[in-house]
Amino acid sequence: MLKIEDLRVSYGGIEAVKGISLEVPEGSIVTLIGANGAGKSTTLRAISGLVKPKSGRILYMNEDITGTATEQVVAKGITLVPEGRRVFPDLSVYENLKIGAYLRKGEDLTDDYNWIYDLFPRLKERSWQMAGTLSGGEQQMLAVGRALMSHPKLMMMDEPSLGLAPLVVQGIFDIIKEVNKRGVTILLIEQNANLALRAANFGYVLETGTIKMSGTGQELLANEDVKAAYLGKKKK
Amino acid sequence: MTMATFMQQLTNGISLGSLYALIAIGYTMVYGILRLINFAHGDIVMMAAYFAFFGIAVFHIPWYITFLAVVLLTALLGIVVERTAYRTLRDAPRTSILISAIGVSFLLENLATYLFSGIPKAFPEFKFMTTPFSVGGVLIQPLVVVVPVVTILLLFVLLFIINKTRLGMAMRAVSKDYETARLMGIEINGVISATFGIGSGLAAVGALMWGMKYSSIQPLMGVMPGLKCFIAAVIGGIGNIKGAVLGGFILGLAEILLVAFLPSLTGYRDAIAFIILIIILLFRPMGILGEKQTDKV
Repeated sequence: MLKIEDLRVSYGGIEAVKGISLEVPEGSIVTLIGANGAGKSTTLRAISGLVKPKSGRILYMNEDITGTATEQVVAKGITLVPEGRRVFPDLSVYENLKIGAYLRKGEDLTDDYNWIYDLFPRLKERSWQMAGTLSGGEQQMLAVGRALMSHPKLMMMDEPSLGLAPLVVQGIFDIIKEVNKRGVTILLIEQNANLALRAANFGYVLETGTIKMSGTGQELLANEDVKAAYLGKKKK
Repeated sequence: MTMATFMQQLTNGISLGSLYALIAIGYTMVYGILRLINFAHGDIVMMAAYFAFFGIAVFHIPWYITFLAVVLLTALLGIVVERTAYRTLRDAPRTSILISAIGVSFLLENLATYLFSGIPKAFPEFKFMTTPFSVGGVLIQPLVVVVPVVTILLLFVLLFIINKTRLGMAMRAVSKDYETARLMGIEINGVISATFGIGSGLAAVGALMWGMKYSSIQPLMGVMPGLKCFIAAVIGGIGNIKGAVLGGFILGLAEILLVAFLPSLTGYRDAIAFIILIIILLFRPMGILGEKQTDKV
């Protein structure tokens, strides 16, 4: 579904992504793990069109979308749940969901609201509350709900577990799997490698802008180097 | 002072205040979305007055068609200014775009002086708006009543657009977070253009009523009202539309009532706005309805 070939991105002369290639098959959950500054977020931002790649190609459903404007990327069915949630604090929960469906103008959204409120009953209780008054976990739910309102085919998530309590994180991951079962392909980046690899079909390990390793979630979980570097377990 | 004179001055104050309010909305809307003080806004008011002058006095187009055309042309002018002078500097430091705004202001003033000469022109007369009628001994020009009514109506329309429409929702989102707004599929350039169009259109309505009220127009007529309306927006809390209207009314009333109660201070009429501004900045820098900016970490 999504294929990245030799992607390079730099910010003011510093190369953050140094030629990575990866693939996200339709219907899968793929994760990129790696430390801070490994280039994970930059990769997602390049796919979303928020930063222009220096070179390389991004293919989505066999179409070259390298450098396409963000609005058009969204229209093609790729959504990004940004790092730090970034809900609109002065808009109500309901309006945040509504704006997620901004491009679906004139469509009946009743079923979509019901689905989101089903997934996150907490949002239903708070639908008239300003999003800025929600807790971190609720804001993350809202950010996911908002992204789903655009009817994405591919949902990219940037550190959904950041700053959340373990129980809440577990809940978010359950939702990710649930959404995936509904046919939405997921590209997930996480520092919580353990959780991400358990949920994912396939994973890539990023280090300073290059892919160091790849494999199925289970393979990477069992790999000694991954264990040592990302799962906090000592090498035997 | 008799009750009648007081009422007279009060209506004058409300009328002037609503003129300020209409123009102040443009400052506050642009600030809300671009974090820019659009210093050219007062000069856009001036251009609108000239458009009306040419439509009616030179080309003899019926006033209602002229008025509509003036609002549309001025909206277009605002959009063109944003496209040429501000959009190109979107990623530049704040100061650059501010300087660009001052540049546009000078450009419009001098362009008007060059094209229309610096000699004041008489704004077309509207007898039905300026012939006073008497209510219980108070002489009132219809214009004095029409101005606040038009302002309040436009305010409601504007609040409706912002709170209830798709465009308004996009405007609120863009004013908070460009990047996330784009991730929702919002084309931010279009939203910014719409903001300039609406703000300039309202300024055009203000200019039309300003012209009828003061009946003389010249290339620098936008400078002082522009400054005062900027102050009105700051008093009310810049970025807040209701605040801009409130600030406009406060300023208009203060100015007229100062002159009415303390005629010896008439010469300081223009200073009152700045005095209020200083007081507000000292005691409530975020403005009356503005919210304190807090950064959540």
